[in-house]
Amino acid sequence: MPRKTLWAIVLLFTLAGCSAAPGTWGWYVIDPTTPAGYNNIRFLLNGFGATILLSVIAAALSMTIGLLVALPGMSSNRWIRLPSRVYIEFIRAIPLLPMLFWVFYGLPVVLKSIGINVSIDAFWGAIITLAISDSAFTAEIYRSGIQSISKGQTEAAKTVGLTYGQTMRYVILPQAIRRILPPLANQFIYIVKMSAFASVIGMQELTRRANELVVTEYRPLEIYTLLILEYLVLVLVISFFVRWLERKMEADESR
Amino acid sequence: MSEHSPAIKISALNKWYDRFHALKDIDLTVSHGERIVICGPSGSGKSTLIRCVNSLEAHDSGTITVDGIEMKDAASIYDIRAEVGMVFQQFNLFPHLTILQNLTLGPMKARGLSRAEAEARAMGYLERVRIPDQAQKKPRELSGGQQQRVAIARSLCMEPKIMLFDEPTSALDPEMISEVLDVIVDLAEEGMTMLVVTHEMGFARRAADRMIFMDEGQIIETAPPEEFFGAPKSERCQKFLSQILQH
Ligand SMILES: Nc1ncnc2c1ncn2[C@@H]1O[C@H](COP(=O)(O)OP(=O)(O)OP(=O)(O)O)[C@@H](O)[C@H]1O
Ligand SMILES: [Mg+2]
Repeated sequence: MPRKTLWAIVLLFTLAGCSAAPGTWGWYVIDPTTPAGYNNIRFLLNGFGATILLSVIAAALSMTIGLLVALPGMSSNRWIRLPSRVYIEFIRAIPLLPMLFWVFYGLPVVLKSIGINVSIDAFWGAIITLAISDSAFTAEIYRSGIQSISKGQTEAAKTVGLTYGQTMRYVILPQAIRRILPPLANQFIYIVKMSAFASVIGMQELTRRANELVVTEYRPLEIYTLLILEYLVLVLVISFFVRWLERKMEADESR
Repeated sequence: MSEHSPAIKISALNKWYDRFHALKDIDLTVSHGERIVICGPSGSGKSTLIRCVNSLEAHDSGTITVDGIEMKDAASIYDIRAEVGMVFQQFNLFPHLTILQNLTLGPMKARGLSRAEAEARAMGYLERVRIPDQAQKKPRELSGGQQQRVAIARSLCMEPKIMLFDEPTSALDPEMISEVLDVIVDLAEEGMTMLVVTHEMGFARRAADRMIFMDEGQIIETAPPEEFFGAPKSERCQKFLSQILQH
């Protein structure tokens, strides 16, 4: 899939570039051989750091929250199961942008009213939103992975005296991880793309920088084209990693 | 715990699956060293009964006391499981671990044995089930009969006082049944208390002290093997025996 996508995109841009009338494109704006273009492109590429950092922290948090939500969601006791179900359904229903506004502008007010005086900056506001929003999906990934392991495994673990925690750690998760890791890594692509929303609350990541440059340079076509290519590179790198992981997991399984 | 209390004492046990009454007023006392074989038609509640003994299924009413420990809360269930080993029809070995790791996991994590102690113990039991040479393999590399013998050894590594077997040979090819039954007979001869659900009547005659026939969630008949096979009292039991002994 990634390779085909890559060729499709290259073809698209080549066609767009060739078919447009002369003067449509003005690549000088990010031409690294001129001092102004060099500064501009540096400004844009510097957004990678923030986008990657944002995505990695949000993904790590999401994976943690997701597991904490998924485990009680598989209890045989419906009252333990209920909060987990409600969390997943509720979070999945909220669009990302409104949640981002609520966390960034609303949450500090709520926290202040109960005596916690913290300001949430754009960076952490974006991370919290992405992590929570994504955790509903990672929770479901954990759940289906863990439930794919037969009940007999848990029962056998019980009969050799293991506690719930030990059963998860030594018996269930090592087997379920093969089903969990590839979709989890795939979910990381979603986070990277959604991190673009952080731009609207002022986080200087890839998209925000592109927007700022467009305002001063009036060259949206070139700058947004580069922006898309930046995301494309990120996502392609991750998808190659996911495919490598999937192949490795399959190889392990048949070993 | 106490030498005076029976190995297992079950009284007035009832179990429902939603509205289905799976076990009806079961009373059963098993003394130390007693070997019991449970048989009965499919769906009669045999698995449910022995799975209640180590609380893999929760019961709805009645009491279960194992070696003097009454089953009531999570702590007592944990203590009871320490006394009771179980062997499943589908083996349920841990596929991601080697045979040796399958055997050492419980002793190391639940009993706190060192790796060396656990491995020494594991090798001892692998000798007993006659497959010490397979220790480093993964379960999938073994035959069904070998896997089931590993499962028995895995249980024995926890040094239980009571063993439960739920149709231990039903998933095996016919030529592998006897190698597994021989191991269970050895255990019986060493005085292990055991509850075995099986339709292997040859094994029952060889190893059982007492036969139990279940139907529709009830214990219909209980008798020593000679009497059970020679002169079954109830009509349902006669019919069941004539059906399975035909094969
Ligand atoms: N988890 C469950 N949920 C609902 N019903 C169940 C469940 N487990 C067992 N039952 C029902 O309880 C009854 C007794 O089941 P059990 O497995 O104890 O029978 P069994 O005597 O072991 O039969 P078999 O010889 O087929 O193993 C059956 O009618 C079965 O359908
Ligand atoms: Mg059964």
